[in-house]
Amino acid sequence: MSGLGIVFRKEVRENLRDRKAVFNSLLLGPILFPILFIGLAWFSASKQMERAEQVLEVPVVGAEHAASLVAFLEQQGMVVQPAPADPERAVRQQEVPVVIRIPDRFGEQWAAGEPAVVEVIADPSRRASEIPMRRVKGLLNAYSRQIGFLRLQLRGVSPSLAVPVMVKDVDLSTPRSRALLLMIFLPYLLMITAFTGGMHLAIDSTAGEKERGSLEPLLINPVPRWQIMSGKMAATTLFAFASLTLTLLAFRFALPFMPTGALGIDLSLRMQTIGRILLAIAPVALLAAALLTLLATYARSFREAQSYMGLVILIPMIPSILFMANPVKPETAMMAIPIFAQNLLIGEIVRGESVPWHWLGLSSGGTLLVGLALAAFAATLFNRSRVMFPGS
Amino acid sequence: MITVRDLHKSFGKVRAVRGISFEARDGEITGLLGPNGAGKTTTLRMLYSLLPPDRGEIRIDGLDPTRDAMRIKRTLGVVPDSRGLYTRLTARENIRYFGRLHGMADEVIGARIRELVATLDMADFIDRRAEGFSQGQRVKVAIARAMVHEPQTVLLDEPSNGLDVMSTRALRGYIRQLKASGHSVVLSTHIMQEVAALCDRIVIIAEGRIAADGTPAELLARSRCESIEDAFVALIGTDEGLLA
Repeated sequence: MSGLGIVFRKEVRENLRDRKAVFNSLLLGPILFPILFIGLAWFSASKQMERAEQVLEVPVVGAEHAASLVAFLEQQGMVVQPAPADPERAVRQQEVPVVIRIPDRFGEQWAAGEPAVVEVIADPSRRASEIPMRRVKGLLNAYSRQIGFLRLQLRGVSPSLAVPVMVKDVDLSTPRSRALLLMIFLPYLLMITAFTGGMHLAIDSTAGEKERGSLEPLLINPVPRWQIMSGKMAATTLFAFASLTLTLLAFRFALPFMPTGALGIDLSLRMQTIGRILLAIAPVALLAAALLTLLATYARSFREAQSYMGLVILIPMIPSILFMANPVKPETAMMAIPIFAQNLLIGEIVRGESVPWHWLGLSSGGTLLVGLALAAFAATLFNRSRVMFPGS
Repeated sequence: MITVRDLHKSFGKVRAVRGISFEARDGEITGLLGPNGAGKTTTLRMLYSLLPPDRGEIRIDGLDPTRDAMRIKRTLGVVPDSRGLYTRLTARENIRYFGRLHGMADEVIGARIRELVATLDMADFIDRRAEGFSQGQRVKVAIARAMVHEPQTVLLDEPSNGLDVMSTRALRGYIRQLKASGHSVVLSTHIMQEVAALCDRIVIIAEGRIAADGTPAELLARSRCESIEDAFVALIGTDEGLLA
């Protein structure tokens, strides 16, 4: 067996015996992420249901100016509440989500056949305000349309003349592709897992080895340093990959518990899909291992290495956040950008789209190239005595 | 057999080693004696090819560490200043790891560990995890893993650091055994009693240079002192750092 293989086997065995490493790399992510994800989904789904079905209770200012409008609203199930003294303040203080104000001139405008102004006071930047506001607007629009049609009919005009264009939705999204809306978090969680999965091992096998004073004896053995370094990186990669696999499997078994039935969403992860995701993300595990080992080798102690890791975690987050904020259409050129490419690919795979082989090849090739460059650089660090033995 | 000629090594502005030459013969124990920071560890690190010298020449059984690093490492047994063990592995696994890195087959390693367990008296803890080992146990494992491949030349950096009296006695006994079986042993220390008790030749290093070199008797004669302790002080010119 080569030196690389011996170091690899020893690191894996040693870290499997470390409860902290096993917990951090192999259990924390796979347990925590699905629970977090599904918990959040349950919470937001139930909140949305609640808001959509809740009895709409809205204070109305100046209800006396528009008796028939108020009667219509009440007929539709809205409960009219007494108006607060200062409606803007009440909304701003979040005492009520929305307030309707009927100005004094409403009757005048109504009688003159002008559009009569009704104000809806709300703060849509508050999530609690958004749904009641939409529902109130919907009711007011319905009333406006109804009266408009009546007025036309009274004058002997067909109401359909007032609807020159009829918009009809043709929804091409499938239950699987709609799942992406919820699954948009999956690439993000997987990218983070690719980095966190091997983190403990990367630190333990470099900075930790320095701190324990076992690095110098190790380097005295007749094995080229690049092989020692590569063995450690290989073990880190394996841990990251194992963590990714476990996370995906955990999602597979947790997803049936998602509150999706009512939303018409198909949220299963088939084994085949998991396999394809792992294939796409494997090069990221190597890239992460190289980067983590590189940084942890610079550090003198476990603690110093850990302080770098907070920053490293930002790297997989940046492309994911960019993508969440500004979804783009995947194109061939994007596949050359490590991490970003895998984000897009996982999105496509989860949507159930077929991913062209050259995309997979390009993304893996680009990522592996960067990963190997980092790994080569990390291996040279092992030859620098100032980095390896800061005391000397 | 080690020959060192005019060795130099600097770290930035710090000139750690400036012109060290000595010889260490087979079947002899050579002691590098000097106060802390004299350049002993740096010299040893250049011998086991961890650091390249700036200038000078090293030959270990005819091999040059700067050129034949891998071959030299196979003939060297080194117990460096830092002797960290892998605490989640047992003593046996620690030793076996190094044996494998030397390219030894598992059966050969197993047989060799049996020998070392007997010589170094490690039967009590050989299959225990290294977590919580005493200093003495740790040093024994560090020696065993350095000796697993039966090296001809043995380099020991401050081997008795942190050991109690009994462990120190056992260690000295082992070092004498190595000498008796024809190994070339080099040890560095800042403890005078250690060289007095063990060494055939003494190389006194101060501020990166050789202050004196010879057998204990020669050093006594040269310094015209009664005790070896006075001789060291007279030869170095100060007793700073030597009175451990």
